[in-house]
Amino acid sequence: MDKNNQAQHLKREILVRTIEAFFSDNFEENTRLIAYDMRPQGCEVPYRCCIHKERDVIQHRIIANLGLSMEEIDERKLLSDYARKAKERTELEKDVLTVLETACQACVPSRMFVTDLCQGCVARPCVESCKFGAISIQNGRSVIDGSKCKNCTKCMQVCPYHAIVKIVVPCEDACPVGAIAKDQSGHATIDFDKCITCGKCVAACPFGAIHEKSQIIDILNRIKEGKKVIAMIAPSVAGQLPCSIYQLNTALLQCGFNEVVEVAQGADITALNEAEEFKERMQNGDKFMTTSCCAGYNNLIAQHLPEIKPFASDTKTPLYYTAELCRKENPDAITVFVSPCVAKRRECLDNPNIDYLLSYEEMGALFIAKKIEVSTLEPTPFKTEASREGRNFGILGGVAKSVEVADQGQSEIKPYIINGLNKQTIRELRNYAKKGECEMGNLIEVMCCEGGCVGGNCCVNNAKTATKTITDFTKDSKPLK
Amino acid sequence: MSKIQVKICMGTTCFVMGASNLQELIELIPEKYSDSVEVCGVPCLGLCSETKKYSGAPYVKVNDEVVAEATTEKVLKQIERILKNGQE
Ligand code: FES
Repeated sequence: MDKNNQAQHLKREILVRTIEAFFSDNFEENTRLIAYDMRPQGCEVPYRCCIHKERDVIQHRIIANLGLSMEEIDERKLLSDYARKAKERTELEKDVLTVLETACQACVPSRMFVTDLCQGCVARPCVESCKFGAISIQNGRSVIDGSKCKNCTKCMQVCPYHAIVKIVVPCEDACPVGAIAKDQSGHATIDFDKCITCGKCVAACPFGAIHEKSQIIDILNRIKEGKKVIAMIAPSVAGQLPCSIYQLNTALLQCGFNEVVEVAQGADITALNEAEEFKERMQNGDKFMTTSCCAGYNNLIAQHLPEIKPFASDTKTPLYYTAELCRKENPDAITVFVSPCVAKRRECLDNPNIDYLLSYEEMGALFIAKKIEVSTLEPTPFKTEASREGRNFGILGGVAKSVEVADQGQSEIKPYIINGLNKQTIRELRNYAKKGECEMGNLIEVMCCEGGCVGGNCCVNNAKTATKTITDFTKDSKPLK
Repeated sequence: MSKIQVKICMGTTCFVMGASNLQELIELIPEKYSDSVEVCGVPCLGLCSETKKYSGAPYVKVNDEVVAEATTEKVLKQIERILKNGQE
């Protein structure tokens, strides 16, 4: 599904309105009014069954924007109460995603289904092919016994009329680790012990029912309190908006951040360390090493793929090094990571040097609310400029390339890229771990999102154009070595 | 006959609200209608600045008509309509 669809449009509009409410003279009350402003009495009902349901869903999206879990909401309370709660909060909640039950369609469970196209033919390949004896012919038509069917899709493949289809549940289907299931009422629930917070379900749900718990109110609050707040921008940000990264620097400063630093700086350190580590590992007889900067992949290792741990680089992520530098220089400052993806939310919660996360979507909404036109701004240079290789970390192949450059031909590097984590690529990785080698290469760059970080679920631009913008820009940056 | 002018807003608001996808029109239109339509990305058209007008973004102008909540399909349809009715 295309990333810029109507569900996304609605999500971003509500985000802008929530931020506008924050800047207004009465945050609590104006937050409560958003749903009524967006769906006034007598207006057209674009998506749901009635205006009340529309407003209800909008309100629940606002609750997620306020950083709260739908799972813990008391329906009898007013939205303004929750706005106040968000404003007064000093600690963040743990789980990074929440399911908006009102928005969830409770889609029919995933299963094999015989459509009207079934002709009840003589050959009956479906009956023959089913290893589980789940198909029989009743009244001249194929019927699937749900208690026996294992969803193997064999019947679907052999039917000459293409009469059998697989009904999918988009969020379940998108989840690479089987963390989403239906509760008794048929609504999606997330098992957070399994969830690697990759955010693929957020992008996959056509009803926009899975939402990140935003930290935008916390960030704006700290800025308002006059704290020193530092924005650490991920390398992929350079391809997100119609402006240069230096104009983006100005835009963030105008929003009240005191300083903006490139995480690409930390990426330079990651590249150098990872190249060293690679050399050592190969000398010690290892057959391959995987990169370690992707948060989704790191969660996968910890929760589902411990067998690949010995092959995964121990080098820290670019964000880790950048946040460490920021903390050292400004021990009292609040640090905010500006992020392309949902997975980094967990890394930020776990790292004491990082206080908050602002997604690209949220950053864009903030610029709209502040009426900042990025392309007209004067550029502001960074205190420290990162290298070309560090700045390319967010595009596919950028990480492996940077290690190659840092290595300067000392080791024989043969890069191989896992472009997106899904059930199949996870199986592939498990296989390499089991065999202790990978015939495709010896340096495996693992990217949870297809296309690399520019394909992250919070990106505003599409991966292709973003990649081009970044490569054009980094051509003139200084080389790593 | 003068060419139909398609202006895709590449201002911040429109871009964040979904104009990034409309960039494909910049390649698509010349392929399809090189003789009759001209397309370009332009800075903020000034349509988003009124209160809450960002909800209609992204905007595209086809000649003088504004296409709100623009999608590639909507813009192409508008072009087809003008081509069929002849240039006004
Ligand atoms: S950004 Fe498109 S009209 Fe202003």
